[in-house]
Amino acid sequence: MESAIEPAKAKIEKKLKISGSEALVRSLLAEGVDLMFGYPGGAIMPVYDAMYDFQDQLHHVLTRHEQGAIHAAQGFARATGKVGVVLATSGPGATNLITGIADAMIDSTPLVCITGQVFSTLLGTDAFQETDVVGISIPVTKWNHQVTRAEEIPEAIAKAFYIAKSGRPGPVLIDITKDAQVQEFDFSYKKCEEIRSYHPIPALDKSMVEKAAKLINEAKKPYLLFGQGVILSHAEAELKAFIEKTGIPAAWTILGLSALESNHPLNVGMLGMHGNYGPNLLTNDCDVLIAVGMRFDDRVTGKVSDYATQAKIIHLEVDPSEIDKIIKADVPLLGDAKIGLKALLEKVKPNEHKEWLQRFRDCDKKEYEKVIKDELYPSKPELTMGEVIRMIAEKTAGDAIIVTDVGQHQMVTCRYSKFIKSKSNITSGGLGTMGFCLPAAIGAKMGAPDRQVIGVIGDGGFQMTIQELGTIFQTEIDVKILILNNQFLGMVRQWQQMFFDKRYSATEMVNPDFQKISAGYGIESRKIDSRDVLEDAIDTFLNHKGSYLLEVIVGKENNVFPMVPAGCAVSEIILE
Amino acid sequence: MNVTKKEFTISVFSENHVGVLHRITTIFTRRGINIESITVSESEIHGVHRFNIVVTETEDHIKKVVKQIEKQIEVLRSFYYPLSKIIYQEIALYKLPIKAVQNGAGIEQIIRDNHARILTVEKDFLVIEKTGHKGETQALFEQLEPFGLLEFVRSGRVALAKSAKSFKDYLKVPELGKRITEQEVREMAEKID
Repeated sequence: MESAIEPAKAKIEKKLKISGSEALVRSLLAEGVDLMFGYPGGAIMPVYDAMYDFQDQLHHVLTRHEQGAIHAAQGFARATGKVGVVLATSGPGATNLITGIADAMIDSTPLVCITGQVFSTLLGTDAFQETDVVGISIPVTKWNHQVTRAEEIPEAIAKAFYIAKSGRPGPVLIDITKDAQVQEFDFSYKKCEEIRSYHPIPALDKSMVEKAAKLINEAKKPYLLFGQGVILSHAEAELKAFIEKTGIPAAWTILGLSALESNHPLNVGMLGMHGNYGPNLLTNDCDVLIAVGMRFDDRVTGKVSDYATQAKIIHLEVDPSEIDKIIKADVPLLGDAKIGLKALLEKVKPNEHKEWLQRFRDCDKKEYEKVIKDELYPSKPELTMGEVIRMIAEKTAGDAIIVTDVGQHQMVTCRYSKFIKSKSNITSGGLGTMGFCLPAAIGAKMGAPDRQVIGVIGDGGFQMTIQELGTIFQTEIDVKILILNNQFLGMVRQWQQMFFDKRYSATEMVNPDFQKISAGYGIESRKIDSRDVLEDAIDTFLNHKGSYLLEVIVGKENNVFPMVPAGCAVSEIILE
Repeated sequence: MNVTKKEFTISVFSENHVGVLHRITTIFTRRGINIESITVSESEIHGVHRFNIVVTETEDHIKKVVKQIEKQIEVLRSFYYPLSKIIYQEIALYKLPIKAVQNGAGIEQIIRDNHARILTVEKDFLVIEKTGHKGETQALFEQLEPFGLLEFVRSGRVALAKSAKSFKDYLKVPELGKRITEQEVREMAEKID
């Protein structure tokens, strides 16, 4: 035995020099990566070749389009809190990533994208499949870098992971020329722990904590808004402890959704254009507004000059450039949401705000009567999106990961889904990328294989990345696909109805037979259009072993309400 | 909030890496802000480059731009100043045909009056250099133009803050490259008229 081992050992020691491609694979392994999404091509082939020897440690998912790969990596990152990794070739492979990179940038999703590039000697010569992806991606990456020598690979990858996941997370792109992939060098790997020009978490200013606590303790009508910062900094428990101690009602942005369980008595609902009535209306009535890990997106604020002008604003945020960007903070609390909430928790006094909370309850009642009742328990024969989502929420007891696309179904799903666990709502919030859902659901399932993953998609968005059914087919994963089909680009149609005199320009969809398409990919399916079979269809859908597609025909011209019309103040929210 | 546009000089201290300039300029491009002049060179600290960027914008926008510049991974610090808070210079070069000085047309007096100097005299032309503010180099331009000015070039602005602090003070180890705090932004804003 010993004699057999000796020569092998000697061989390994001799082979100290490895290729840039193998170094990349070993660097990814050193960062704990065991799954990545990608699509091969000429300029990344040496890397794919190196991966061939590491298949048992580093699983690669072949999507059907690079956009599918990056949205899958986003879904993976959002479901797990880990860094999503994407691999693509140069030129079109790289440019096909851009939408997903922009989406990850605006929604603070940690990604490391690795693109192949032409030989360094060919850079700038319009070589085959050459594109300046570093230049193109500058505005939509947290950081990017081109590697032209193999020995730079370990450091570049170490920095990429550190930057992607630290502070306010975001996408990083590393472009590696083909010669760097094949050159050999002495490999060693050291994780990056510090970059002198980059300080991801600003130190909390204690005097500001004091000021904030004083405002909160003296407030009569305090109100807390939270965003994804709570999820990204793992501050769910601190958030709950804070609102429970102070009795402050809390509302969420759609990226903050699921950080606080839906049935918590202080969870007052959704902010924004199609959010709940009370959370919007009472923004302009509270006396102290505490914003935690959110950035006052225009879909949340409505007309900025009329936003919470009566309130003192406390803004707890990790990114200094978000402070005062949209809403001026009276007390800026620069820092990590978890650390900030912990510090505040020590300083605030136990309190209750029963009357104030009752105001939200009263608004809920009004919204229920005017909007929710008809959406969830409709009397008209045609199905509503809301009743489908309500039934799914009931049957899953809020335990599923819900992935949405963009549009009416997204707003309805965020409004009516129920959650009991964090990281369970995955949607494209900031960029509003149609086509996000199907690949993101695939990535989420791969990141959280033990959880039920349900993708809710409109008939429009489904067809933007429909090819990813092929990824489901090949990987045999279990993703439930719910198409809420209104045969329209529903949200645009709703705006056309309300603000463009019902001129339905280019919004009606003549759709193919989704069941036939699904059958081609070996995915079982059902199409329904009546309430009688809804429960049966949803039972089958949820309990089916493996992926399943359920198409529900819903009312063609249903609208999502309430609504803060564009350019209006949040308090001008309309119920019908 | 002050909504009138004023001239500001933004100083950026960054690592000397490929692409940093692009990252910085794209922040101005996004907001549709035109860069009036830009200079880049190594600062008093080896390896740290200093950008001086001159723009005319509202202070509110400039504050946000500066924070977005600081957000870039390779940027150590960024500051902004109104004209009253900086010492600055520009350099201009003027190329004249040699005949302009041969016929006793008073070039000598112009050079004297403007504290300019002659850099070189060649067979067919000469080059005059003047440092100063834009108004001063422009005044010389206007005086030399009638002599058949062949070429003229003016540099971007180089500027230093009117403060005894060195940038190193902001970079002291272990606070090397410490991010600007909200408090500092506000203090800076208060100092500005």
